[in-house]
Amino acid sequence: MTFERAVEFSGLSKNEIQLIEKLLERKPTVEELGVFGALWSEHCGYKNTKPMLKKLPTTGRHIIQGPGENAGVVGFDDYAIVFKIESHNHPSAVEPYEGAATGVGGILRDIFAMGAMPIAMVDSLRFGRRDSKRTRYLVGGVIAGISDYGNRVGVPTVAGELVFEDSYEGNPLVNVMCVGLAKKDGICKATAIGEGNLLFYYGSKTGRDGLGGATFASAELSSEGEDKRPSVQVGDAFTEKLILEATLELIDKKLVVGVQDMGAAGITSSSCEMAARGNSTIELDIDKVPAREQNMSAYEFLLSESQERMLATVEPKMLNKVIEVINKYELDHAVIGKVASPVTDNPRVIVREHGKTVVDLPLRPLVHDVPLYVRDMIRPEYLDQVKKIPDYKIPSYKQVLLELLSDPNIASKEWVYERYDHHVQTNLLAEPVMAGGAMLRVKGTTKGIAISTDGNGRYTYLDPYTGGMQAVAEACRNISCMGAEPYGITNCLNFGNPEKPMPYYQMVKAIEGMGEACRKLEAPVTGGNASLYNETDGEPILPTIVVGAVGVIDDYNLSMFNGFKKAGDKIAMLGTNKNEIGGSLFLTKYAGKVIGECPSLDIDTEVRLQKLIRALIAQQRVHSVQDISDGGLAVAVSECAVNSKRLGASLDLQDDIPLDALLFGETQSRILISYPANDKANLDVLKELCVSYDIPLTEIGEVTADRKIVIRVKGKTLIDAGIDDAVKSYNTRYIEE
Amino acid sequence: MPKLKFGVIVFPGTNCDRDAFWVIEEVLYKDVRYVWHTESDIDDLDVVIIPGGFSYGDHLRAGAIARFSPVMKSVVKHADSGKPVLGICNGFQVLAEAGMIRGAFLRNKIVHFLCRHQHLKVVTADSPFTAKYHKGQIVRIPIAHAEGNFFLEGDDMKYALDHDLIAFQYCDAGGNVDDTTNPNGASLSIAGIFNDKKNVLGMMPHPERASETEMGSVDGRGLFESIAEWVG
Repeated sequence: MTFERAVEFSGLSKNEIQLIEKLLERKPTVEELGVFGALWSEHCGYKNTKPMLKKLPTTGRHIIQGPGENAGVVGFDDYAIVFKIESHNHPSAVEPYEGAATGVGGILRDIFAMGAMPIAMVDSLRFGRRDSKRTRYLVGGVIAGISDYGNRVGVPTVAGELVFEDSYEGNPLVNVMCVGLAKKDGICKATAIGEGNLLFYYGSKTGRDGLGGATFASAELSSEGEDKRPSVQVGDAFTEKLILEATLELIDKKLVVGVQDMGAAGITSSSCEMAARGNSTIELDIDKVPAREQNMSAYEFLLSESQERMLATVEPKMLNKVIEVINKYELDHAVIGKVASPVTDNPRVIVREHGKTVVDLPLRPLVHDVPLYVRDMIRPEYLDQVKKIPDYKIPSYKQVLLELLSDPNIASKEWVYERYDHHVQTNLLAEPVMAGGAMLRVKGTTKGIAISTDGNGRYTYLDPYTGGMQAVAEACRNISCMGAEPYGITNCLNFGNPEKPMPYYQMVKAIEGMGEACRKLEAPVTGGNASLYNETDGEPILPTIVVGAVGVIDDYNLSMFNGFKKAGDKIAMLGTNKNEIGGSLFLTKYAGKVIGECPSLDIDTEVRLQKLIRALIAQQRVHSVQDISDGGLAVAVSECAVNSKRLGASLDLQDDIPLDALLFGETQSRILISYPANDKANLDVLKELCVSYDIPLTEIGEVTADRKIVIRVKGKTLIDAGIDDAVKSYNTRYIEE
Repeated sequence: MPKLKFGVIVFPGTNCDRDAFWVIEEVLYKDVRYVWHTESDIDDLDVVIIPGGFSYGDHLRAGAIARFSPVMKSVVKHADSGKPVLGICNGFQVLAEAGMIRGAFLRNKIVHFLCRHQHLKVVTADSPFTAKYHKGQIVRIPIAHAEGNFFLEGDDMKYALDHDLIAFQYCDAGGNVDDTTNPNGASLSIAGIFNDKKNVLGMMPHPERASETEMGSVDGRGLFESIAEWVG
């Protein structure tokens, strides 16, 4: 490895290299360049997003751990919910099966490294054109990867999103969230501290896989005269399951000081981040790392992204007990270094290869003084151009409804969920199709944990600020619609190249919007990741913030799902219908592009609406709850009917707004409820509550037993569809098997 | 009366052990302990459960490596002495690989993992595992597997039929047993089968996932209650 090549592969700019030389007052070694390249990357260092992330709300009454650890933590009673979402977009675009599988593996390790048993996975997936061969190939591979990996580890995949939108054609988004549960006093931090403590490596051996991507690895390997080989990381879920059990046992028995998984930039990032948190100097003997291949260099050891590896800080007196646990699970292990100083203001990382020092760097600048990039904000012109809606043609409203129900963005995801073991651990309280998220019981208590992910690239493209707010609002609305209170969020920031004005503007505004919604909804940010440079041939993806929210309900027996319960029940809407068709799935489908004005969102109204629905559920005043989102009111009511398995609905709407928008517009802050028809006392309180939260309640129809979905506007029938037709459309499988 | 004790076998890669443990302890209110695969002394146990998961990562074949585990010798002894053994999902595969029941496994006919609620027909109530059901009863117990295509033929098939060894068959809500209601292609839609002495049951569906109202079905509870009553 020459210096020039190391510069090239580091991804560092000329200015950044100069900065490093100034800082060190010498030229960095090849290995040091690798270390800087890794830690100053967007993935580890957030150099493009940190200035905005700093402004996000990260504290609150439920927050135990904000950003900065392996994952965020919120708490209730004696329990800690540990959660995080991460992207694996680029690996999944190259090799969908392994890319998705290793994405699952990575996020799982973040959760159990903190001492939490992973109890649920949620996947937020976005693909390109519905009809392209490539999309089908990617969908098949990604779902198989998630299925094979998650099922083997025994963590249920309980909810998620599956979105098809042309802009993701070359660049699919695979965002995976994991939620874990621990006792508050059982949380383990990722720190290296205590002079003389050992740095203990366990899990799989280290190979040359994942060395900065395919191009780099093959070039590198051929230059060394070795066989070319695929450099995609390969997951091994069996080993993952073993390191999961071993890690939980180590933490439970209090045998370790700190634990971190080796994710991006492997040994480098895990050891440096742990040492930086502990403000302690660490020394690594890189030759001690268990190697899968011969003649690996320090550079390769430092930057390998071999999967299923962990690093722990261990007191010397505990070492034998630690090894006993690791041996029980028949895992490779080695002491690869030590904490070499007490807590200090100037911690360093020192790496030796065959006794020779190859890395000797101050940690502070490496981890904390990442160069940050704040660029000029230039409002892209397209934002004005997209407002005008072109003429478009639609079939009959009934046909539109059936087409939307069978659109893979809306249709039942049963064909996906049935490939995931969503029942394992026996905590999931309703099948995944029944809600905008999932509700899990906490065994031995009455508490339930609600989980949801949401994001909308269409809205964020049309209005980045509102789109950012909306992602938080809907993720939290899904939580509230199950009856739980949102406690916190995690997010994946999926954007194009931040060095270009348009994606940069989108990113800054969307993150601002997200922050505002988090503040108002009292759902602080506990972490997440940024995936930038999502472009194909210079065209960025739709800007997409994916928000993963978690919430808690006091009594899970009260949790609410969307299927209608009883014929004769009244149906009402909370919120207001507006003339907003822009950005809707309907318009995107029939106008052929993402266009129009983004639906407005008044975040104060949203806050009151969510408080109201939680109160209604807690007081058991409603039989079903469904938020109105993709496909609008007509689709929402159809989903309630379809998921009831047997009941229909009859609506008569009175609004004076264009019919397309009334039926299929995606105006925010609206929820459909059903409630008993002849319980006047109940209805009186229900109405009072709506008044006290200042949310309009409109009675719009009733649940029927005649297996039909009938929607009238001012008495005129616009849609009259049989339930069987609706069910058939809704059960359309994107991939038949 | 001595207290009834269950053991839940844990191989590396087993992942339904905690669920089975939970049902025995919190639903059945019986004593239960985990048995790590290297243990060989299980004389304290009255009932052995081999739970689902991916023992040894399902390397080679599902259940193929687990059968060589030290604990399996003791499980065979336990069964030979007439005590009950229940193998669920991967546990069923382990039983088949160990030769503790007749038959073998193939990949699902649809070749991918399938997790869903499943109707089953109780073929016989004449066993320690199904006494609490009645013959012909339709129950709903979830499945979750990629290799549930249980294969039985010739003399084994004849023996199983002649001796009432089939415990459950896949069916629909109306009790129809045919190719369209068979999720994995198993011979005769077999979802669960006994050994010749009927003290060993292997089944693909997960009764531990259908033993509490929270899980949407309590139809699996009868199985655990049947065992407890028979042994106790």
